Amino acid sequence: MAATALRGSRGQARPSRHRPLGIAPTGVLVLGAIYTLFPVSWVVVAATKSKAELFSTSTFAPGAGLLSNLADLFAYRDGVFWLWLLNTALYAGGGAVLSTAVSTISGYALAKYSFPGRGLIFNLLIGGILVPSVVLAIPQYLLFSKAGLADTYWSVLLPQILHPYSIYLARIYSQAAVPGSLLEAGRLDGAGEWRLFRRVALPLLTPGMVTIFLFQFVAIWNNFLLPFIMLGDDHKFPLTVGLYTLLAAGANQPSLYNLIITGTMLSLIPLIALFLTMQRYWRTDLSGGAVKS
Amino acid sequence: MRVNRLAVAAVAILTATLSTACSGGSDEPSSPAAGQSAAPAGPVKLTYWTWVPNMDKIATAWNQAHPDIQVTVSKQAGGDDAAAKFLTAAKAGNPPDLVQAEYQMLPSFVAADAVADLKAETAQAKAEFGEGIWGLVTLGTDAVYAVPQDSGPMMLYYRKDLFEKYGIEVPKTWDEYAEAARTVHKKDPKVFLGTFSSKDPGWFAGLSQQAGAQWWSISGDAWKVSVNDEATKKVASYWGGLVKEGVIDGMPYFTPEWNKALNDGRLLTWPSAVWGPGVLSANAPKGKDKWAVAPLPQWNAGENHSGFWGGSSTAVAAKSPNKAAAAKFATWLNTDPQALGLLIKEGAIYPASVKGGALMTEAPDYFSSQPDFWQQAASIGATARGFTFGPNVNVTYNAYRDAFDKAVAAKSDFAGAVQTMQDATVADMQKSGFTLAQ
Repeated sequence: MAATALRGSRGQARPSRHRPLGIAPTGVLVLGAIYTLFPVSWVVVAATKSKAELFSTSTFAPGAGLLSNLADLFAYRDGVFWLWLLNTALYAGGGAVLSTAVSTISGYALAKYSFPGRGLIFNLLIGGILVPSVVLAIPQYLLFSKAGLADTYWSVLLPQILHPYSIYLARIYSQAAVPGSLLEAGRLDGAGEWRLFRRVALPLLTPGMVTIFLFQFVAIWNNFLLPFIMLGDDHKFPLTVGLYTLLAAGANQPSLYNLIITGTMLSLIPLIALFLTMQRYWRTDLSGGAVKS
Repeated sequence: MRVNRLAVAAVAILTATLSTACSGGSDEPSSPAAGQSAAPAGPVKLTYWTWVPNMDKIATAWNQAHPDIQVTVSKQAGGDDAAAKFLTAAKAGNPPDLVQAEYQMLPSFVAADAVADLKAETAQAKAEFGEGIWGLVTLGTDAVYAVPQDSGPMMLYYRKDLFEKYGIEVPKTWDEYAEAARTVHKKDPKVFLGTFSSKDPGWFAGLSQQAGAQWWSISGDAWKVSVNDEATKKVASYWGGLVKEGVIDGMPYFTPEWNKALNDGRLLTWPSAVWGPGVLSANAPKGKDKWAVAPLPQWNAGENHSGFWGGSSTAVAAKSPNKAAAAKFATWLNTDPQALGLLIKEGAIYPASVKGGALMTEAPDYFSSQPDFWQQAASIGATARGFTFGPNVNVTYNAYRDAFDKAVAAKSDFAGAVQTMQDATVADMQKSGFTLAQ
């Protein structure tokens, strides 16, 4: 947040006319945007192509098969696509909400309270960031099998709740966004710790929480390996694993490319919508004027 | 004190959110583990992992006729990943009762004690299958580890129209095939007679089987590995020579570029298996009625051999609490005329059982210009010879992909890649503690 504040003040001090690098930064950003949007635009174009057009027409020539692709996808195995979409929404939505709650509370506690073992816990969490979740998937599967939880909704939700990086982020954010003097003032006015967290800290933490929520939502939405290993029942599959069954349809069955591409395009829409609607929560300087500094 | 109160509050919130957010999950259908405990009362419940299309419809037909044994199909992604997932589930103690097992993966299931011996339950079913296919599920032992489902005898798919255009005959031997490859490529450098796929070890195994290879064999208690036998080296050198010459392409099968080449008429043949029509019709819809089938080219004129590419069986998990019921379903699925009819119609597979093959009468739509398609397939199928697969086919197959990827890119000696496969296979089996004969 120091960086944001810095940029804000510099922006005021220096009018936009004096940009030493000219349009170079904008140019780099445009290149980056093209680089990231190119594959997405391919998915959108390819989803409009019919089976006959997909591999025969020019790459970016739109086809005439979008409606039939959609109809085929929704008819595939009696609309199992919608079930996968709902499952994904449950895993990503539920997992991200829980993960944000856990991360915020842990991060806030680590930032604002000093207790024995704080340094140790924090260092362990930092160490946790270094372990890729992919490595943990199979041990987690064996553990969940022992507990009788494999192939349940819990087996995909639970492992994704505790996310060291989010806790780290929440701690850094709490440190910067919640002034200690504000909490002290609240204590002097007789507020309990829970009330302080709920009424004083949480509103200040909202932008950070939104960031964590979006990170986790996208990560779980795109997660493949964990649900692939944990789930055997195809009615609990998320979209990633479900669409994969269309791709790897077995050595002697053709891959259903049209349905996969159309399904991929549809699965992008909720993510884009989420980002567009959540953007407005990214505000800084919520505590501006609350304390003298 | 403050800290304590905060902690209590935090725990309280967490428990509240957890229980509300996930109450949706608790009333879902029970997991296999839960099904086991419910087994004695009510019907036996079986779960079945497979990737055959519409298998749930076939299971519904069974469920209606057998209220005491209810099968739930769970459609999985196919291929090597499916085998790895089943092995992991078996190790963790909660495998499905029934699983689709590709023939080359079955030995690794047996080595991991993941599948049950069905000898007693399948005594009657044995007569329904040919000798060669049955050998793939017994692995040359007295036990029976699965019931064969489908098979993939190999044949040559070729473009009739383009063969006429370029003035070439259907090759009877691999020498003629090489000659035709040169002719075609000379007439149009953008067009190839075929391509060598470094991504499909099953295809290469089938071609090696045709040449008489025996990659694994069991003598007494010891395994003998001979991936680098003369027959395999002959096949590898043949294709390596053509790739080096530049008259055979090096693009892998089942990729978008391959689909495009098929659609554009830039690939004239595909040495493939009996399940080819499904792939061609989906990936190369433009070629409808333009393809035909012939026996694979032979190594020596006058011979008549083929190999197998693909095919799978239905196995019962060793840890299933309802093995007898599962074996009953597996037998019904792969030998009962009603089930075979459904497998052909809904699952689009070529049944392994003798009766099943006879049920295939109407040529696939894509091959409607060749009405005797299945008769051709059946007579070619009778000439196919397989070999015993070893317990670590995945290692051999991965070595194939790595080594041949490099060999195709560098246009280097293919026999060296075969040697890499042999070394990787032997090293892995020694590491896993198998006894090897020299």
